[in-house]
Amino acid sequence: MKVKSYKWGRHTFKVHLCRKGTSENMKAKGLDFKQLNEQIRACVRVGNKNIKIDDCCGQRFICSGFSAETPTQITINGTPGNALGAYLDGGCTITVNGNAQDAVGDTMNDGKIIIHGNAGDALGYSMRGGSIFVKGDAGYRAGVHAKEYKDKKPVIVIGGKVGSFLGEYLAGGLLIALGSVGGFTGTGMHGGKIYIRTSEPPKNLSAQVIATIAENLDEIRPYIVEFAKHFGANAQEILKAQFYVLKPNAKNPYKQLYVMN
Amino acid sequence: MINYIYPEYEIIRNPDKCISCGVCVRQCANEVHENINKTNKVICDDSKCVNCHRCAVLCPTRAIKIVKSGNTYRENANWNCKTIDEIYKQAQSGGVLLSGMGNPENYPVYFDKILLNASQVTNPSIDPLREPMETRVFLGKRPDDIMRESNGKLINNLPPQLPLSMPIMFSAMSYGSISYNAHESLARAAAQLGILYNTGEGGLHEDFSKYGKNTIVQVASGRFGVHVGYLNAGAAVEIKMGQGAKPGIGGHLPGTKIVGDISRTRMIPEGSDAISPAPHHDIYSIEDLRQLVFSLKEATQYKKPVIVKIAAVHNITAIASGIARSGADIIAIDGFRGGTGAAPTRIRDNVGIPIELALASVDKRLRDEGIRRNVSIVVGGSIRSSADIVKAVALGADCVYIGSSALMAMGCHLCRNCHAGRCNWGIATQVPELVKRLNPDIGSKRLVNLLTAWRHEIKEMMGLMGINSIETLKGNRLMLRGVGLNEKELQILGIKHAGE
Repeated sequence: MKVKSYKWGRHTFKVHLCRKGTSENMKAKGLDFKQLNEQIRACVRVGNKNIKIDDCCGQRFICSGFSAETPTQITINGTPGNALGAYLDGGCTITVNGNAQDAVGDTMNDGKIIIHGNAGDALGYSMRGGSIFVKGDAGYRAGVHAKEYKDKKPVIVIGGKVGSFLGEYLAGGLLIALGSVGGFTGTGMHGGKIYIRTSEPPKNLSAQVIATIAENLDEIRPYIVEFAKHFGANAQEILKAQFYVLKPNAKNPYKQLYVMN
Repeated sequence: MINYIYPEYEIIRNPDKCISCGVCVRQCANEVHENINKTNKVICDDSKCVNCHRCAVLCPTRAIKIVKSGNTYRENANWNCKTIDEIYKQAQSGGVLLSGMGNPENYPVYFDKILLNASQVTNPSIDPLREPMETRVFLGKRPDDIMRESNGKLINNLPPQLPLSMPIMFSAMSYGSISYNAHESLARAAAQLGILYNTGEGGLHEDFSKYGKNTIVQVASGRFGVHVGYLNAGAAVEIKMGQGAKPGIGGHLPGTKIVGDISRTRMIPEGSDAISPAPHHDIYSIEDLRQLVFSLKEATQYKKPVIVKIAAVHNITAIASGIARSGADIIAIDGFRGGTGAAPTRIRDNVGIPIELALASVDKRLRDEGIRRNVSIVVGGSIRSSADIVKAVALGADCVYIGSSALMAMGCHLCRNCHAGRCNWGIATQVPELVKRLNPDIGSKRLVNLLTAWRHEIKEMMGLMGINSIETLKGNRLMLRGVGLNEKELQILGIKHAGE
């Protein structure tokens, strides 16, 4: 991508000239997040459907609030910074060839994020739709307060280990952990389901959660198949294992008893 | 089980005036009044009365009055009726006490202990009916320096600003806590007055998107109804960290209230609970807050100012200093008297600090640190009159939020039972028959009346001080004097005592 820079007094301004076409490669090196995001926006505006970002080095908020009218692929080589794909809406698929940091897919509404590495803390916080696939591990507080609405149902699949507080306050959607989970999974959950590939029920569950052995995996099968497709894993192998499913405990719901005063 | 509580209010019906028309029976959603056995005789159950005055006001012959019950416990200075009643309620139910509206307790109201100055002899006062007076304010970050092109032409580097015709906005009240008609009244009044109203956490109803440039959209910990279209629908985005009536706790709208439109605007299924976690679980520090601020700015392409709303608490100055450095454009501070649709009584009545002290200390701290221009300050938490606004501006506020006063303009009688959902005035309810009692034509008109009157009064007060622009009044503490305040209070408020 061409960047034209010119001076106004002591300040240098950059204007990004995006070629109209179906694909665009750009180098993130040396750009701050504002510049990089403006470049990506400029490319989406002219209808580029395939955008590749090389040398990404911690730039935050990539594709924050993005939606595209036509399916758009955004491939990031390197390490995107916090809040990748926050408020992401339909039409965008983000692929990260590397690790992602905190707050990936925060309040995401639609679209897809595929991470060929690990994700940081607060993955998919409060997401309402779309899907996130993580090949490796995820940090603390993944899928907190995810919720579903009508045809929107958020899905997070994590291939490796997950930190504590997975699916806290879960109100809807599907969280799938293929590796071990930390403590306090699903505390305060009042909707949705958490599937965990494990032979032992997770420890430190709160009374608001009930864990049972999943009798069938039909619900998660399509997402496991997709996970396997993205990361070259064997879906049948994964689905052969035992899963526990966590649901809200209807007998002990998350609520306070109030008296009108 | 015997209810140990004697009714707080007594309904007195004058049989000579009562024409048995049945208005009171039909109007009371609490079912206080009742026709006995299809006769014309009306009886009433005082224990259900919340003293909202609906029946008393609508009675065509003024046959009804509601008085505080003369029957009383053997109370003393320590154990008053309220305290005793609360113990009975909890002993009977085992529940946490839940209340509506702001803190009613007898804490000092500092606005009432501050007096304004006036011009006499040495400087002329201004007659606002004759001279132009400026009440317009612009909320937002001010640029650090002036930038010019090489030919000397100014470069517009002004961050986004919110222009307001007067330093007043309607504070956040969600669709769900108040009715559709109440929201429409607020939106229409805001558009007519050139100010803003706030969606609260309940999302933005599609019908109100046309009031976008007079709307603040709120992002709270539950992120209900938040998507990129919503963020771009308003004039500004507010991150709600806290609320004066219930600092540090989350919210819980029970599934029974998530029906129809409420479910649609919050974007959660009908019948599911709407739980707002106590903290935003993606914000554990100022750095995290900065991240949310900038993710919102990126999502709105730097076109919308970002407001961070916090409750006034003990370390407010340090928190505000952090927020002023977080990239936020506006800090909204909600004092401990701020209203609410529902809050646990103990929290509402015991947590937080007065807005006057919070405002004065935050303004001073930001000025001392040289970062006051990074942010505008909006204060709320019981702004009751134009005088409170003038005093708040002189203490350093750019603007105020009004909630309870706006509700009262629409007909709220402060019965403080919003949490029951049976508001007889059609405000804090979703029952269609009750909602239609509030006509948005009248509601918006009354709001416009109130604020137009306040604006006139603000001009009068500015005029008598010899000030013709609200900007000149901002932080002008020489215009204030305290009465009956101790040295420490005066020091925090940054004002002198009357007579000094």
